Amino acid sequence: MKPEDYSRRQQELAGWPVTIESYKLGDVYHCTIANVDPGARIARADGATKEEAELRAIDKATRYLQQTRRFKSEV
Amino acid sequence: MAATLPNVLVTTDWVAQHATDAGVRVVEVDVDTTAYDQGHVPGAAGWNWTTELCDTLVRDIVPAPKLEALLGASGIDNKTAIVLYGDNNNWFAAWAFWQLKIYGHEDVRIMDGGRKKWVAEGRELSTAKPSFQATTYKTGAPDMALRAFLPEVQAAVVGKRASLVDVRSPQEFTGEILSPPGLPETCQRGGHIPGAKSIPWGKNCNEDGTFKSFDDLKALYAAQGVTSDRPVIAYCRIGERSSLTWFVLRHLLGFQNVKNYDGSWTEWGNLVGAPVEKP
Repeated sequence: MKPEDYSRRQQELAGWPVTIESYKLGDVYHCTIANVDPGARIARADGATKEEAELRAIDKATRYLQQTRRFKSEV
Repeated sequence: MAATLPNVLVTTDWVAQHATDAGVRVVEVDVDTTAYDQGHVPGAAGWNWTTELCDTLVRDIVPAPKLEALLGASGIDNKTAIVLYGDNNNWFAAWAFWQLKIYGHEDVRIMDGGRKKWVAEGRELSTAKPSFQATTYKTGAPDMALRAFLPEVQAAVVGKRASLVDVRSPQEFTGEILSPPGLPETCQRGGHIPGAKSIPWGKNCNEDGTFKSFDDLKALYAAQGVTSDRPVIAYCRIGERSSLTWFVLRHLLGFQNVKNYDGSWTEWGNLVGAPVEKP
């Protein structure tokens, strides 16, 4: 099988830039979300439609990203 | 890529043509195997970094018997050409490459661009898990010259005997964050090892995930004073991003004395009394 309906875009979630990649393989849409810097995958999800897969992945990613704290420089 | 040792990189085209050749084994390496389960290069084995490429009891690289069992179950013998790729732009593929070199496997290569490029190009994906004829694999004596442990890094800081390369993001380097956004914080302090140069791993790669040219890579490191006439120690948070930088320095630029400090920031940033530099 070849991936169909491939898309890749950047947007912000919980104040952090992320890359959202989606494609359809067979009957299933797969979505992967990675932080832009450094590029680590933080959430994956599947769904019957692209919207469903992305919403599930975005929900997971947002929960994880909200836990990241920023520390102000003390220098 | 004008690599100094071109045999360590293969293109996605090459993999499409040779993935199931006799004597070749393609392996997808991810932090876990969910990406592999969502579709992989047809015929590829799937390795799980968390459970299969580490010692899961003691914090350490994979023990030799465990690696021998994994390679044997993947139908790999000592003469197999192992072609690695994975997600996160090949971070974990590079980790596997580094360990296979520690244990002396001769023919290991990385698919340039990794999973990202393969999928973006709309190439064939399979969800079937291939079965392999089991083999017997024997690792060589581990080459620990490829690996830096804490005492060596501490000595390098004090004696300024090596170039330390921090490959994490600028925000991790300055201590603004303790871990990449969305990942668990696994250290107590933020910042970097004193004297380290910040050269994030992503600077090694083009937008499509492939490695930059030899000249561009050489210029990138030279601009920070990282040259082949001095020992280099690369580190990140847990040692996987820095294994990609180790791969670039050792196998694409041909540096002879490069080590991956896999203890990395999760070791240094948790040490009581360890010096930390900010920003």
